[in-house]
Amino acid sequence: MSVRRLAPEEVQPKSFAWSKELEAKCAFWLAKYPPERKRSAVIPFLWLAQKQEGWVSQKAIEAIADQLGMPDIRVLEVATFYTMFHLAPVGKVHFQVCGTTPCMLRGSGEIIKICKKRIGEHHHVTKDGKFSWEEMECLGSCANAPVVAIHDYYHEDLDADSFNKIIDDLEAGKEVKPGSAIGRQKSAPEGGPTTLLDPKLYDGSLAKKIKIPNLPEKAK
Amino acid sequence: MAKIVVDGQEIDVPAEYTLLQACEAAGAQIPRFCYHERLSVAGNCRMCLVEVKGAPKVVASCSQQVKDQRPGPNGEPPEVFTASDKVKKSRAGVMEFMLINHPLDCPICDQGGECDLQDQAVIYGDAESRYCEVKRAKEEVNMGPLVKTEMTRCIQCTRCVRFVTEVAGVPEIGAIGRGEDMEITTYLEMALTSELSGNVVDLCPVGALTSAPYAFNARPWELRKTESIDVMDALGSNIRIDARGADVLRIEPRINDDINEEWLSDKGRHACDGLRRQRLDKAYVRKGSKLVEANLDDALDVFAKKLQEAPEKIGFIGGDLANVETLYAAKSLANSLGIKNLDCRQDGALIDDKAGRGGYIFNSTINGIEEADCILIIGSNPRLEAPVLNARIRKAYLAGKLNNIALIGPSYDLTYPYENLGNSVKILEDLAKGKGDFFKTLSNAQKPMIIIGMGAYAREDGDKVAKLIAEIGLKAKIVNDDWNGFNVLHQAAGRVGGLDIGFLPKDGGKSTNQILKDCDTIILLGADEVEAPDNKFVIYIGSHGDKGAHNADLILPAPAYTEKQGIYVNTEGRVQYATPAVSPKGDAKEEWALFRAVSAMIGKKLPFDNISQLRGKLKEEFPSFAVNDGEIAQNTKLDLRFVGEGGNPTSEIFTPQIDDYYLTNAIARASLIMAKCSALKAQSTTKVAAE
Repeated sequence: MSVRRLAPEEVQPKSFAWSKELEAKCAFWLAKYPPERKRSAVIPFLWLAQKQEGWVSQKAIEAIADQLGMPDIRVLEVATFYTMFHLAPVGKVHFQVCGTTPCMLRGSGEIIKICKKRIGEHHHVTKDGKFSWEEMECLGSCANAPVVAIHDYYHEDLDADSFNKIIDDLEAGKEVKPGSAIGRQKSAPEGGPTTLLDPKLYDGSLAKKIKIPNLPEKAK
Repeated sequence: MAKIVVDGQEIDVPAEYTLLQACEAAGAQIPRFCYHERLSVAGNCRMCLVEVKGAPKVVASCSQQVKDQRPGPNGEPPEVFTASDKVKKSRAGVMEFMLINHPLDCPICDQGGECDLQDQAVIYGDAESRYCEVKRAKEEVNMGPLVKTEMTRCIQCTRCVRFVTEVAGVPEIGAIGRGEDMEITTYLEMALTSELSGNVVDLCPVGALTSAPYAFNARPWELRKTESIDVMDALGSNIRIDARGADVLRIEPRINDDINEEWLSDKGRHACDGLRRQRLDKAYVRKGSKLVEANLDDALDVFAKKLQEAPEKIGFIGGDLANVETLYAAKSLANSLGIKNLDCRQDGALIDDKAGRGGYIFNSTINGIEEADCILIIGSNPRLEAPVLNARIRKAYLAGKLNNIALIGPSYDLTYPYENLGNSVKILEDLAKGKGDFFKTLSNAQKPMIIIGMGAYAREDGDKVAKLIAEIGLKAKIVNDDWNGFNVLHQAAGRVGGLDIGFLPKDGGKSTNQILKDCDTIILLGADEVEAPDNKFVIYIGSHGDKGAHNADLILPAPAYTEKQGIYVNTEGRVQYATPAVSPKGDAKEEWALFRAVSAMIGKKLPFDNISQLRGKLKEEFPSFAVNDGEIAQNTKLDLRFVGEGGNPTSEIFTPQIDDYYLTNAIARASLIMAKCSALKAQSTTKVAAE
């Protein structure tokens, strides 16, 4: 965590407007809350703004505050509270490297070193505007440590080689496949599951028939 | 009511009391930072921890209610311990955490000596710190010219955030970031736009927000504290004047739940530096085109001579800050000389005492606002005319009972939603005929209020407008046996007192405008908002060299409100006694004493030699003053039929009465701080206009 402020004025855009497609999404979120509680939609709105612009600008904050009928400062509070909102422009590909204990023990230090070497300091955007990175707190995928999130997708079980390859591929304009780099099935042990191998355990065939008391009588 | 045992003592408290309140009711002292009686409960400082029997951990007493506590196994009342070892240890732990990032800069901190953190660290903290890591530091935040910030000292209690959001109604302060990096700031560091912003300084339990004008001026123990009354608006907010030597260094609010609760407007608080500038400390007599310093006796000679001229050519105009003694002495003097040209309404408001006292005071009282369920505001902007009263309306609105607020006049940002019925006298006419949806709301309301500002009276047809409003009141039955919803919101601290003693043109006397036009000798009792023509002989009696004095031919220096005893009657008709905090400047003499002196010189000695004799006479003559300090005399029932004068109003719209909140009287105009605030306000309004 560090002090989070809005980006300096010179990078702030002059205006903010929703695209047609996102306007519809805004309406979807607004419809979820009663009109007098529409400010509840602030987090989805900030997400959408970030989807559209890549980051959350001052104008976006003000536009959202206006739209949801809340003071600017309240939106700024939310935007600065959550580190998932970027308050300054990021690269086209933004690596969010988990640095919390399990990932650290499994080698996230290596990955951060690579980021520093190939991209630069955290939140620094490469000259071509392609890459930037930051260190995150626990991404919640500890079984597959170390983990790097690229936008909405997790890249798991990384090591120096596999992470370098991801960057190489992205540099070359190739698609990268999210998921485990070592072919692990979800978060099962390496090499496949070792427990719960008997399908009877979960297909219901072992379950005893029980009678539930006080059930409503079946309609005739 | 619910039973609860606090430290072995069983007490009976309302079930919705918080544990903190219950403990206090039992006489236990609970330390706190974030909890404040008049703000919502945040529960984030954790200083108010207490032990509840059966609870696994100590609990924050501010955020749990008595009714939520579990009884003992045999139905015994819940038991709370406020001084057990566990509690002491927990509080010491909280205090240690609080002090981790709090700098040890008390010697250079303005809060020193009146700091909650300092006091509570001594009482509840450990003797020494175990922390030897690096401390966190914060950048300063701009909150405008009244609030100085030192955010490193902030302990994130969020009282300021809650105050501006809930009470002041301008949600401009917030807490950005989180955890250790949480910062209290305004959006993009813009200055606060509230007229109540000075109160965040009082609320701040540490030295993070301190008073900018008072910065590095004094330590609290050096100050002489005097309890007095604010005169910047007609609310009569209770204040404490802190002075050192001959200077008033700051003004703080005093708690009075009937009037200002514990808030004070920025003008009342910060105009006090105006008491040091532009002061009249000598008498002046005009010689040719120049005002020349004069001996007070010589000046009184001139005054006496002028008073002996034809009485119909002499007029007295009472200023906005004049206390009752001044006006009473002036009136007594005028009576003895046969002068009938008296007026305490320098703005030309056509408000008088024909309908009795109820016709010109705020009958529902300020506390009554919290009972009201419908308010109609006519020709007033309460936010600028009485910021603290406006906060009370907002409080009533937030409490949920007050759902219908409407306004007739220009649109203002009042910090609560209201319906603007339009800016036209026609709407009044319609309402008086019982037309319109709002009339139904008003007449169906249990406790309706009409608040009338000077915007409705201070116009050529003010009495006719008043009549119309009274007709609405009659039709909607706003006055009945146990409720009086007819309320006049005054702007001048001296106005109700003046009306009470009948400082009005009676028996063919001339009113303000006629005095200015027809009289040859005009005596201004601190009246600065009128302009006398050049060919008149103007005698100015007042404290500040403002508009009135510039034009004067004779100036008699008088003390300002912090330098003299005085009775002020607030807009509710509440009689309050101001006490002097410092001595008058130079030759300044209390106005009543000047009148007493001059009366002896012309052989019509006034029947009092000191202020208590004067007050005795005053109480004899006007029974509404024969009440204790801070009380309202019982009124006879108001008969709305006698309010105002019949006829058709001539002009259509209501105009705002206050152009610049920060510069409404001579003291505020002499204040540098108020000038800064005013400039900032002007800047921000032009910016908005340009956008």
